Amino acid sequence: MATVKFDNATRIYPGNDVPSVDKLNIDIEDGEFLVLVGPSGCGKSTSLRMLAGLEEVNGGKIWIGDRDVTNLSPKDRDVAMVFQNYALYPHMSVADNMGFALKIAGTDKAEIRKRVEEAAKILDLEQYLERKPKALSGGQRQRVAMGRAIVRSPQVFLMDEPLSNLDAKLRVQTRTQIASLQRRLGVTTVYVTHDQVEAMTMGDRVAVLKDGLLQQCDTPRRMYDHPNNVFVAGFIGSPAMNLLNVPVTEGGARFGSGLLPISREDLSRAGNEITVGVRPEDVDITSEGDGLPLTVEVVEELGADAYVYGTPASDKAKDPTAPVEKPFVVRTDGRRPPMKGETIYVKPKEGHLHVFNMETGERIGD
Amino acid sequence: MHTTLVVAAAGSGNMGKIGVMLLGVAVFAAVFMGILLIASLFKGQSGEKVQAAAFVGPTLLFIGIGLIYPAILTIRRAFYSGKFFDLNFGTARTRGKYVGFDNFQAVWTTPGLKQVLFNTAMWVILVPLIATAIGLLYAILIDRAKGEAVAKALIFLPMAISMVGATLIWKFVYYFIGDPGADQVGLINAFLDKIGVAPVDFLGNAPGNTFAMIAIMIWIQAGFAMTVLSAAIKAIPDEILEAANMDGVKGFQMFRYVTLPSIRSSVIVVLTTIAIATLKAFDIVQASSGGKLGDSVLANEFYNRSFVTQQPGLGAAIAIVIFLLVMPIIIFNVIQMRKDA
Repeated sequence: MATVKFDNATRIYPGNDVPSVDKLNIDIEDGEFLVLVGPSGCGKSTSLRMLAGLEEVNGGKIWIGDRDVTNLSPKDRDVAMVFQNYALYPHMSVADNMGFALKIAGTDKAEIRKRVEEAAKILDLEQYLERKPKALSGGQRQRVAMGRAIVRSPQVFLMDEPLSNLDAKLRVQTRTQIASLQRRLGVTTVYVTHDQVEAMTMGDRVAVLKDGLLQQCDTPRRMYDHPNNVFVAGFIGSPAMNLLNVPVTEGGARFGSGLLPISREDLSRAGNEITVGVRPEDVDITSEGDGLPLTVEVVEELGADAYVYGTPASDKAKDPTAPVEKPFVVRTDGRRPPMKGETIYVKPKEGHLHVFNMETGERIGD
Repeated sequence: MHTTLVVAAAGSGNMGKIGVMLLGVAVFAAVFMGILLIASLFKGQSGEKVQAAAFVGPTLLFIGIGLIYPAILTIRRAFYSGKFFDLNFGTARTRGKYVGFDNFQAVWTTPGLKQVLFNTAMWVILVPLIATAIGLLYAILIDRAKGEAVAKALIFLPMAISMVGATLIWKFVYYFIGDPGADQVGLINAFLDKIGVAPVDFLGNAPGNTFAMIAIMIWIQAGFAMTVLSAAIKAIPDEILEAANMDGVKGFQMFRYVTLPSIRSSVIVVLTTIAIATLKAFDIVQASSGGKLGDSVLANEFYNRSFVTQQPGLGAAIAIVIFLLVMPIIIFNVIQMRKDA
C-alpha cells in the first residue's frame, strides 16, 4: 500500500502537437479510492496507463510511495490492473489466470494455490477455479480479473472501466462490491470510468478530466456542491445542472422577470453576462409572473419524483434572435407534476445558485 | 491420375482445342444456370431444401466422378498384378491377375523402397517442423517492425513459384562441377570455393541430396507458415499482451506462456497442412534427379512405379499407403479444430 503522486505528468502521443495528458497533478492518499472520470478522449485512460507503465511519460514524474516509477517497467511498479475486457488468458484455467503473475515471479506452488484460493473465496469464485474463461459469464470473468489483481497484493490497484461490459443491473451490484472490497483490503486504487454516477458512488475522491487537463479533484459531495467550472457543473449530476447565460443588471442577474441576488463583489468579477447554474432539485415552481417562464415539453415521471423539461418560452417571443437554450430541467413532486404544454414559472432556491464567468467558465464566488 | 489421362486423350483430338474447351465451359455454365433457375422456382420450406440440393448436388456429383470413383479404382488396382492400368489389357502374361496383398507386401520388400520410406519419413518430420519454426520466428521478429509488408512479401514469394520452378532455381544454387580445378558456377559451391572449402555435390549423393531437397521444400513452405502465423499473432488482443506485461512476463516467457498458447490452433493447422503437402510432394524429387539417386520419396515412387516401370499395382499400393499416412494427420487436425471451436 502506498500513496500515488502525479507530478506534472504529461503524455504527448507521437505525431500529436497537443498533449493527451497535460501536466497532471494529483496526490492520492494511501488506501484512497480515486476515480478518474471524463468524456471519451479526455485522457483518463492514458493517465491510468501512464501510472501502469503501459504508456510512456513525456514530461513530469509519477511516484508510488517514495519511489519514482516514471521510467520503471510495469512489472517493477508493483501495481495490478483490471482491464476493460478483462484480458484473461483464454488458454489458462481461472486458477492459473489468477496465479500467473506469482508463477512468473517464481513463487512457491503451494503458496500460489493458497493465495488463489483466498482470493477466490473473497470473490465467490471457488467452484470455478478449474474452468476456462470462455466457460464463465461476463460477471464471473470480471471477478476473475479482479482476483488476478488481488492475488498479487500489489501496492496499487488500477482499474480501467472494469464494469463497462456488464449489463446495467450487474454493473450497479458490482460497483458496490468493488467499492466495499477496496475498503476492506485498503489498497490504494485508481479507477477510470466515463460514467459520472459510478464515479460519484465509488470514489473517495473524483478527478474530472477534459482534453487532457484536470478540471477538479474533490470528494463527490464537494464536486456536486461546488463545481469549479462550467464543465464540471454540467458533467457531474444526472440530469445535468441547468446552465443559463443571463445578463447582469444592477444588484444581480436578470432571470426571467425576476432578479437573482448575486453579491456585488461577485458581480464585479463578471462581464455583462454571467452563466448561472442551478440543479434540477434546487428549483422551485412559483406562482405566475414570478421568475423564469417555461413551456413544459416533456414530463418524465419516475414515481417519487418527476423531471419537467421546459424551454424558456418568453425569451423567444421577445427576442427572436436569442439562441434556443437547452431544455431547463426541474425536479418536482412526482404526484402533482405540471402538464405538457403548460407554462410554469421557476426560481432557484436560495443559496443553491452556482455562478460562472461566461468567458472563462470559471466559478465566481463560493 | 485417371482424370489426367482423360484430359490428355481429349486433347489429342487436335482440332480446335480452344473451341472445344469454350464449348465445354458454355455447356457447363448453361447447365448450372438451368439448375439454379429451376431451383429458384421452388419457394418456402421445401424450396430451401431444393435450392440446397441444387447447390450441393453438382459438387457431390463431381466429387463422385473425380475423386471417389478413381479412388475405388485405385484401391481395386492395388490388389491386382499386370503391366497396365486396364486389367484386361495386354497378353495373357501381362494382364492383371488378383494377387491379394502382394503389392502391399512389395512396398516393404522391394529393394530400394525401404530407402524411399526412410526418405519420406525425413521429409515429413523435418519439413513441417523446420518450416513452421522458421515461419514462426520470422513472424515474431517482423511483427510491427518497420517494413513489415516488404519483409513478408520477400519470404512469401517462394509460395508463388511452382515446385518445379523452385527446384530448377535451387539446382543452379547447388550446381556442382566434378572436374577438379574447374570454376564452380553454382552459388554455394562458388562461395565454398572462394573461402577454400572443397565443393560439395549436394544433389548427387544420398542421403545428403534428400536434405538438400528438403531445404527447397522448407524454402517454399516457410512463407506459408509465416503468413498464417503472423495473422494469428496479430489477432492476439493487445490487452492480453499488456496484462502479461503487468504480470511481469518478458522476453521468451511471453512467447512460451502467452503467444504460443494463443496461436496453438494456427500452429497445428500449419504443421499438418505442410505435412500433407510434403507427403504429396513429388515435383521436387522428379525435377531434381527423378528419384534415381537414392533420394526418391513415396509420391515420386508412386509415379515411377505407375507410369515408368509399369507396375501400376505397386503404384496403386503406394498411393494407398500415402493416403493412409495422411489420414491420421487429418483426423488429428479435425479433432484439434473441434476442441478449439
